[in-house]
Amino acid sequence: MTTTRTGYKWVGTRPVRHDGLDKVTGRARFGADYATAGMLHGVVLRSPHVHARILSIDLTEAAAMPGVKAIITGADLPDIPDETGTGSEGGINFRDLSRNILARDKVLYEGHPVAAVAAVTLRAAQRAAEAIEVDYEILPAVLSLEEAMEDDAPVLHDDLFTLGLDSPPDRPSNISRRRVIARGDLDAGWEEADVVVEREYTTKAVHQGYIEPHAVVAETGEDGRSTLWCSSQGHFAMRTYTTKVLGWEPGDMKVIPAEIGGGFGGKTTIYLEPLAALLSRRAGRAVKMVMTRSEVFRATGPTSGSVMRIKMGARRDGKLVAATAWMAYEAGAFPGSPIGPGVMTVLACYDIPNVLIEGYDVVLNKPKVAAYRAPGAPMAAFAAESVVDELAEELGIDPIELRLRNAVTEGVRAVYGPKYRKIGFVETLEEARDHPHYSAPLGPWQGRGVASGYWFNFGGETTATVSINEDGTAVVMSGCPDIGGTRAALAQMAAEELGIDVHRIEPVVADTHSIGYNDMTGGSRVAFAVGIAVVDASRQLIDDMCARAALIWDVPREEVEWVDGRAQSVTGAAAPLTLEELASGSGATGGPLSATVTVNPRGAGAGFSTQICDVEVDPDTGLVTVLRYTVVQDAGRAIHPDYVEGQMQGGAVQGIGWALNEEYIFDRNGVMENPGFLDYRMPVASDLPMIDTVIVEVPNPDHPYGVRGVGETGIIPPMAAVANAVYAATGKRMQDLPMSPVRVLEALSGD
Amino acid sequence: MKYRAPTSIDEAVELLSAHPGAEVFAGATDLIPQIQGGRPEPSLVVDLKRIPETVRLEAENGFWRVGAAIPAAVLTAHEGLTAAFPGLVEGAGLIGSDQIQGRATLGGNLCNASPAADSVPPLVALGAEAIIVGRGGERSAQVSEVVIGPSATSLDQSEFITEFRIPAPSRGSSDAYERFIPRTEMDIAVVGAAARIRVDGDGRCEEAAVVLAAVAPTVVEVSAASGILEGRVIPHYSGRDAFWDELGEAVVACCNPIDDKRGTAEYRRKVAQVLARRTVVTAARRARETL
Amino acid sequence: MSRTHVTCVLNGDEIDFLCNDYQTLLSALRDELGMIGTKEGCGTGDCGACSVILDGQLVCSCLVFAPEVEGRRVETIEGLAEVDHLHPLQDSFLEGAAFQCGVCTPGFLMAAKALLDRNPSPTETEVRYGVAGNLCRCTGYDKIVRSILDAAARMSDPERQKEAT
Ligand SMILES: Cc1cc2nc3c(=O)[nH]c(=O)nc-3n(C[C@H](O)[C@H](O)[C@H](O)COP(=O)(O)OP(=O)(O)OC[C@H]3O[C@@H](n4cnc5c(N)ncnc54)[C@H](O)[C@@H]3O)c2cc1C
Ligand code: FES
Ligand code: FES
Repeated sequence: MTTTRTGYKWVGTRPVRHDGLDKVTGRARFGADYATAGMLHGVVLRSPHVHARILSIDLTEAAAMPGVKAIITGADLPDIPDETGTGSEGGINFRDLSRNILARDKVLYEGHPVAAVAAVTLRAAQRAAEAIEVDYEILPAVLSLEEAMEDDAPVLHDDLFTLGLDSPPDRPSNISRRRVIARGDLDAGWEEADVVVEREYTTKAVHQGYIEPHAVVAETGEDGRSTLWCSSQGHFAMRTYTTKVLGWEPGDMKVIPAEIGGGFGGKTTIYLEPLAALLSRRAGRAVKMVMTRSEVFRATGPTSGSVMRIKMGARRDGKLVAATAWMAYEAGAFPGSPIGPGVMTVLACYDIPNVLIEGYDVVLNKPKVAAYRAPGAPMAAFAAESVVDELAEELGIDPIELRLRNAVTEGVRAVYGPKYRKIGFVETLEEARDHPHYSAPLGPWQGRGVASGYWFNFGGETTATVSINEDGTAVVMSGCPDIGGTRAALAQMAAEELGIDVHRIEPVVADTHSIGYNDMTGGSRVAFAVGIAVVDASRQLIDDMCARAALIWDVPREEVEWVDGRAQSVTGAAAPLTLEELASGSGATGGPLSATVTVNPRGAGAGFSTQICDVEVDPDTGLVTVLRYTVVQDAGRAIHPDYVEGQMQGGAVQGIGWALNEEYIFDRNGVMENPGFLDYRMPVASDLPMIDTVIVEVPNPDHPYGVRGVGETGIIPPMAAVANAVYAATGKRMQDLPMSPVRVLEALSGD
Repeated sequence: MKYRAPTSIDEAVELLSAHPGAEVFAGATDLIPQIQGGRPEPSLVVDLKRIPETVRLEAENGFWRVGAAIPAAVLTAHEGLTAAFPGLVEGAGLIGSDQIQGRATLGGNLCNASPAADSVPPLVALGAEAIIVGRGGERSAQVSEVVIGPSATSLDQSEFITEFRIPAPSRGSSDAYERFIPRTEMDIAVVGAAARIRVDGDGRCEEAAVVLAAVAPTVVEVSAASGILEGRVIPHYSGRDAFWDELGEAVVACCNPIDDKRGTAEYRRKVAQVLARRTVVTAARRARETL
Repeated sequence: MSRTHVTCVLNGDEIDFLCNDYQTLLSALRDELGMIGTKEGCGTGDCGACSVILDGQLVCSCLVFAPEVEGRRVETIEGLAEVDHLHPLQDSFLEGAAFQCGVCTPGFLMAAKALLDRNPSPTETEVRYGVAGNLCRCTGYDKIVRSILDAAARMSDPERQKEAT
């Protein structure tokens, strides 16, 4: 359901997407679908230990096996300096990246790559990997945040000294960074509060769960120039990272983007790419590498497990007056949890005068985390929105009403600094409150919860080209992989501007040698930032075409305007010229019609979502069933409402999985026990009801059509919404995720 | 690894006898994931599905003969079998997804020897017999005797099960199976419970069998159940009837569960009682409906 | 090692291929026959991305040994459409925006086809259980379920069927 109508012809409509036919017929090529004649197959040998020193690696036997063409270990990668680059979802340390791709002296989690082999068949490569002899010295492991933060904990990195402390530490620890946000006068705040709630929450590591495993084909020539086919959230970043780790020149590598089978942040970094490229260089043949599902779970980024303590105080009238948050996030084997966005978003929905937020980034012997949809925000919202729910109950104020009384609005200063521009949080709350779902009756053992969430959204460096073909059709070229329908949205914006049918426009994702630089698809940036560039390029083209019409008609430029896909004389002096006519004759008027625009826009437009969840709890087994679910979210403007709804629904369901059953389970030694979809329990179709959506449109003033990012906000509220619903159904507050049947039954038997 | 698909029992037994590293399979829904998970590949896999005896399904002389290599999807679509053994069909119908049921078999479910196998508790509750062939000829064994521990059976290397012989239900007799999983599909049972109940003309329980999955190293029968339930008209569960507590205690006494990634021992004990009650109620209702 | 010669009917055509006995049907389709429409998400039967129809039965092609299909009928995503028009399920998926990344789509379409072949007018619950062996991480299933229900309606409504062709 869309709440506002647009006066547009294409923007806001639901055309069939351009890449759709290939996807329903099996023709679309994803990462693992590429092959070249004579290519080799590569596999990774991974550490069976969670923490160990590599004493020696003996390749003799493996290298002598039939069909083996190349083997590499950490010693084959340059030991690059401690240097940080930027990604669209946070900084990236190339030294750590290199050591995560191939361990150098220590392995830091079970599944950490130790060597890679290329051979003529996958089997031969697997056999050879098994024949590699690695001698390890087992080191004591650190498996939980509590252990990792203890004073005498075994240390993963001798050179890791906590940043952000009041006085610099004199010895290394597992805490890589402390982040603090403070404002106001807390003592005064607590003084003013009539009701105070303080609780501790924990969440487990969860995986993005994209269905397509990581895959790459690399071909490196005798001249050292290489081509990579891979699916990722940003082929330019893949090139930057891969060449950095290998010590190669970015210009020597071309990355051709495959269709991407889901990423959700998890494909914003590299794992196999440098291995395949280097193996290919060593073997002189193309090398294909595809992860197994077990490898995906054990060695690619989940998002952080966390421990959080939240305290909030409110006056009787519902005004929140003080809050503190203490948060620790697991980074995995190397620093870099999303604690930054965690501390920034945890209280970002509310206007609270007195605040202290303290966050810790902690390393331990688990896979290095990677970005996952609104990195750092969902667990923070689980904690904060649970406390808000409890406050509402204590105050006797409806939970949506309590949120309305404290909601941030335009001009309010966010707890982390800047003032909010035009935002739609209040509108999402009002829509939720007035939705029939919010007042529908409930049965026994059923309960309803609500929760809200905030995400910044991101702009980023962008290049887009719009070209007109001689038949008047157009090509819209961007360099951002399309994960969820952005090609259609970009074509719609171009169609709207150019005044032609959306299906006369072909949107393409171009490789690194065919278009200028683009940041990754991440931070919900494509419809926003690439949209701006496409609209701009379309407008430049229109201007150019009007000028050409003026030339043909020999009239001043001002006498030509663009109407419905045609150049028109304002005086009516000449018959209009269609796009097709202008294009086919462009040789005579100055050459081909094409415009390229580069931008790095700010003002991505903050996104808010408010969600309502009904559950039923089986008191005998602790099973929680989601009965009804509604997502209300501000999209600024929905260019293609189907795909906006899809983002909201997909995000909410990932959050429901995180709430109920998803978790990394480790055995005593830190080995993951559930590295497969059978026991890593993502929701299946029969677990869910339809997910209702309400798209709120409070246009973003910084985008020509008002777009805000929509990809991420949807995953933020669900865990708290489910927990609040479970409370309403059972009277038990669930403070630890997941709310699995075992945990719920335990809570129910707690009386 | 080589693949062979014999078309007779003799040919199959010969292959197995000649290849010490050979292993039979039917649906491969356990075999292939286990190989993917790192278990060594057999040197030869012997496909049982082209042997006519393993895919036969018929009722004769007071018995049902159910081929050990029939996919679950065929069993669940079979009206006669569903009417005779609704609990067994429930068990088979819970194995994995539609895709898995297109392949998974009763023989594989049993011989994979997992304590969480969904079709095994109903087979045991029904008193089913496995017909086993091998180098020594044909023999039969109670289903409950086939599995001797996790991943271990009493079959020798040349042996396999051709079919199950299940006593046809008498009037007043029926069965039920229920399991608990955290999702609605695609999970391995945290606990499972099967019940077979026979009632007399007044709907009074004459005989009962309750069998549990995933609460001990193998599927276990609650042998005290029959004594507790006999002579009762089994109503809906209500906390008021003391015999439910007795049944619960008997269930717990049979449980020897572990804490693992799928659930805690404590949880399994609790839910085993819940499921035992639920399946007993369902089986009793179905039994009365046959009168 | 000598490879095994397998003959089968693939999407209506009798074809043959060579494979190693340890290969799965999924691997034979993708690596030997170049039919990359069938996807691998797990290789262990848990995601349904590799769904194909084997002798009328929906199966995970990652759990079938390639030589097993000797003499059998295999249907894959590549055979779903007719020369000049799509299967109603494909139309519904396109119009109903039933996918985002689309990597799960071939598997869902095959599972949905098997479901509708068996049960032409399923309820929402039957659809949800019918595709419970297929994971989709992008959509939350809402639009997939709606599209399958829509396709069932199209297929049972002669008017709409005529429209489509
Ligand atoms: C995604 C997924 C979900 C699953 N869900 C469930 C579930 O919910 N419940 C459940 O119980 N199981 C489940 N399973 C496990 C499996 O599907 C079942 O155990 C199935 O019944 C095995 O049958 P099969 O024919 O495929 O066995 P196979 O893999 O062919 O064989 C399994 C074992 O039994 C032996 N064997 C097979 N047939 C015979 C025979 N006739 N005589 C002697 N030995 C034989 C084989 O040598 C092998 O060791 C699931 C599996 C997967 C992949
Ligand atoms: S690849 Fe076969 S089920 Fe996942
Ligand atoms: S559309 Fe991406 S997994 Fe389904």
